[in-house]
Amino acid sequence: MRYLPLTAVERRDMLAVIGVPSVDALFVDVPKAAWRDQPFDLPPHQGELQVERALARLASQNVPAGSVPSFLGAGVYRHHVPATVDHIIQRGEFMTSYTPYQPEVTQGTLQYLFEFQTQVAMITGMDVANASMYDGASATAEAVMMANRVTRRAKAIVSGGLHPHYRETTATHARFAGFAVEQFAPNPSADEDLAASIDDKTSCVVVQNPDFFGTIRDYSALAEAAHAKGALLVVVVTEIVSLGAIMPPGQMGADIVAAEGQSIGNPLTFGGPHVGLFATRDKYVRQMPGRLVGQTVDADGRRGWVLTLSTREQHIRREKATSNICTNAGLCALAFTIHMALLGETGLVGLAQLNHAHASLLADKLGAVPGVALVNDGFFNEFTLALPKPAAGVVEALVAKGVLAGVPVSRLYPERPELAHLLLVATTETNSEADMDEFAAKLQEVL
Amino acid sequence: MSETRYTKSHEWIRIDGDSATVGITAFAADALGDVVYVEVPAAGKALAKGKEAAVVESVKAASEVYSPVTGTVTEGNQALADDPALVNKDATGEGWFFKLTLADKSELADLLDQAAYDALVAESH
Amino acid sequence: MSGWSKAVSNFTATPGVSGTYSGHRGLQIEEPLLFERDSEGRCGVDLPEPPRAKNRLGAHARTGRIGLPGISEPEIVRHFTRLSQKNYAIDTGLYPLGSCTMKHNPRLNEKMARLAGFADIHPLQPVSTVQGALAVIDQLAHWLKVLTGMPAVAMSPAAGAHGELCGMMAIRAAHDAKGETRNKVLVAESAHGTNPATAAACGFTVEAVPANARGRVDLAAMKAQLGPDVAAVMLTNPNTCGLFETEIREIADAVHAAGAYFYCDGANFNAIVGRVRPADLGVDVMHINLHKTFSTPHGGGGPGAGPVVMAAALAPFAPLPWVVHGKNGFEVLEKAEGEAAQAFGRLKGFHGQMGMFVRALAYMMSHGADGLRQVASDAVLNANYILASLKDDMSAPFEGPCMHEALFDDRFLKDTGVTTLDMAKALIDEGFHPMTMYFPLVVHGALLIEPTETESKATLDRFIGVLKALAAEAKGGKVEKFRAAPMLTPRRRLDETGAARQPILRWTPPKEPARDAAE
Repeated sequence: MRYLPLTAVERRDMLAVIGVPSVDALFVDVPKAAWRDQPFDLPPHQGELQVERALARLASQNVPAGSVPSFLGAGVYRHHVPATVDHIIQRGEFMTSYTPYQPEVTQGTLQYLFEFQTQVAMITGMDVANASMYDGASATAEAVMMANRVTRRAKAIVSGGLHPHYRETTATHARFAGFAVEQFAPNPSADEDLAASIDDKTSCVVVQNPDFFGTIRDYSALAEAAHAKGALLVVVVTEIVSLGAIMPPGQMGADIVAAEGQSIGNPLTFGGPHVGLFATRDKYVRQMPGRLVGQTVDADGRRGWVLTLSTREQHIRREKATSNICTNAGLCALAFTIHMALLGETGLVGLAQLNHAHASLLADKLGAVPGVALVNDGFFNEFTLALPKPAAGVVEALVAKGVLAGVPVSRLYPERPELAHLLLVATTETNSEADMDEFAAKLQEVL
Repeated sequence: MSETRYTKSHEWIRIDGDSATVGITAFAADALGDVVYVEVPAAGKALAKGKEAAVVESVKAASEVYSPVTGTVTEGNQALADDPALVNKDATGEGWFFKLTLADKSELADLLDQAAYDALVAESH
Repeated sequence: MSGWSKAVSNFTATPGVSGTYSGHRGLQIEEPLLFERDSEGRCGVDLPEPPRAKNRLGAHARTGRIGLPGISEPEIVRHFTRLSQKNYAIDTGLYPLGSCTMKHNPRLNEKMARLAGFADIHPLQPVSTVQGALAVIDQLAHWLKVLTGMPAVAMSPAAGAHGELCGMMAIRAAHDAKGETRNKVLVAESAHGTNPATAAACGFTVEAVPANARGRVDLAAMKAQLGPDVAAVMLTNPNTCGLFETEIREIADAVHAAGAYFYCDGANFNAIVGRVRPADLGVDVMHINLHKTFSTPHGGGGPGAGPVVMAAALAPFAPLPWVVHGKNGFEVLEKAEGEAAQAFGRLKGFHGQMGMFVRALAYMMSHGADGLRQVASDAVLNANYILASLKDDMSAPFEGPCMHEALFDDRFLKDTGVTTLDMAKALIDEGFHPMTMYFPLVVHGALLIEPTETESKATLDRFIGVLKALAAEAKGGKVEKFRAAPMLTPRRRLDETGAARQPILRWTPPKEPARDAAE
């Protein structure tokens, strides 16, 4: 078998050194009742060609988003990833390296994570960021738990504009870790009065910007209201490219930012693996979950990097750790770092402008379709349309016409019939004007 | 005349009338390695005997510091914020953690004297 | 004028520490941070002009610079290539980290994961357009269920620790459903730190179960600790000392008799995959690290995947989403209703680590049932070969045989002045990544070696030879060499104390020099 270097002769020689007649003798501690001589009821080994054929067949049963006009968002965005990114992350020294616990031989990983932490802090306008989380949803739950630790309180106020998966993940942790969540209902057409609910038992207020429906807000006043009561403001960002065009959370007075970084460097991949971003203020750094890379010097006085403040983490603090996270999003964070490096200031700002212009153009085209109304006044690259029929059916009909038309809100809020006519539409630099015209025309046909 | 006593968890307490100073012993500081961060209680905080009073972190470990007696904090050692290495350099002197007023001096009877503490340390080697 | 300070110049008139003018040493290139490059007017992408459209950002447009440097593509390729050359990796050599299972990462997996049909699909596309993706999840789930003998598997956790959270939450949910309040979890003393951290995150108090003199869980002690307040026992099997828990069925029976559940940390599954089923050992729930046993790459710290196999009693509580067979093909259940009514909720967005599923499935298909059985056999053979070859030069705390990893302690270094850490750093100069050090905590100065099945005998012989020589040198009094190691790496030992005392966690732009008052 191609992945197994040992030969029959070598196995025999090694058994002789060990002093046992067979490998089975090494499994002497396995209880008789669990001993299996026959192989499992699974196929035998196959060569590359056969495996490729089998998986290619399964891959062909999916419609790639790039093969048709597609406008899906709702927390995962189809951006163009430069060819350089995928080449570099496949270098074996990056891809097959481990967590940098031995810094002398992993300065490559440590340096790019330090660069990643810097990039995340810069774009969010915060002081410090960690070396990644699993995704935006789990990062949000961790942000709430961090706010609970910092304030020593146990109640979070959560905006109805938070992505439902993020809301559900936070609720799961609330149930098991034992804290309370006051959850506002989703309402794309009205503003919520979150400030009125803040009291001296509130650990944090959680908002998303742009929110789940696409609306952009300035949360500075909310930050002040929270701080006045000793609570923290957590701002969630699901489309990180938006930070190239809109006011960053740090400028609004956010205390913690939990975000999804997938839009930079990482393809759709059916929702995973992605990369959670986590940033905060200097004064809270010891309460942060996740790994942190810090700068230092070596025995020769040369600058280098190490994992630091590890005493917060599970392998030292054990049951008192800030989080149980160990493996995070490593290579996805590298992809983010490389793509962000290629973009730089002008590229990120330019990419954001392009996204917004496309969305604005598309909103005009779709808004002109009879019966369709644009719900948001302002947005970045994703907006909500109100359709004259349930959006889920419209989306199915458009699949048959070769368009992936966006995400019906009912897919994520099936229990809210009042939102069933709403369609979330996202567009990025990957949609051409021809795509947009095709969408508008076919939408008109099915309505 | 001040008197020093010890806990089994390697804290020392130097008593001076109705108040006392608390820190960790050189043995504990050695076991931790280079101290990188210390969190001391604020003045006015109420402490209970045997309960967590402070936190001390090194590169490889983090440890609670327990109050040997019940009382109220009068001062936390702010110098440790700037120079946590004081704990390693002078654990029983400048590396003190906090001072407090004692609520119940009879609690001191349970603590180890110098000889008993030295014996405890010798045992762990 | 550039808003940035000038690029860090590596050129000095006299050679510094490196012994060269440039600071580079042959192929080892000193590479500054991205932010330290002079970057006026440069960009690594070419973007088209945006179409003319109404600006709808309202009052919320960004003002002010972000501060990112602009760099061209060639410089970026060079930057990251140079960084990669400072890294050790499985592709470089043996990576004997215990309980990490650093096996070869097949490139076929990478090719399959990048097929457009897998990489370019959005998780919220209509289900009819992603039947192939759901089939992958279903097939991988099938392999995991057959290999473990368990009837159900939760696919969404993003890593092992995340899987632990999933398993422990399911246990809590199961007890809640029975109306039982059990707040304690027993965790093996030798457990990985994620175990107690996970239990605490679920609101449990944690009590350690001691190990006996043979390095296994002390069954009598555990039985004494079991009671109506214990929700679960968390063990690893084989355990973190590399030993198979001989009394595992008795342990499982005792746990079940006490009304608790048996959580098994699956980090060490590589020792028994294809040979032994955890279900036959009495396990109720176990996470599997796809990035360990099933070869998905470690990527410098992730991404991983931690699907969790579950017994029938816990299956109803598995987190959303569930991929199920429906009338018209595969369906995704995303709400806690119908057959998923008792699901405890979500642990992350969307469906799970699809990219890792494709890789793991490609690996399983490549090995097949017979190949996976051979994987466990060779993994255990390699570890025992190392144990047998080194037990006289080093010190092993427990009698063999071991499973897929060999544990040593630092008794062989007694009175030499050389520590486990020093041995590890000396090994680096010999071209090997060190083994796991100081874990598990149940022995002093632990050195835990897991070679995996993808190492050749020649590599193992070289590794054994080096360790024998280093052990002899340590015992022979060459302390200074060990204290100074490593000498041959891009950086020597780094000041971790300084890093923790004065944390510098990002690059910060230097302040602009003050303007001269006389100007």
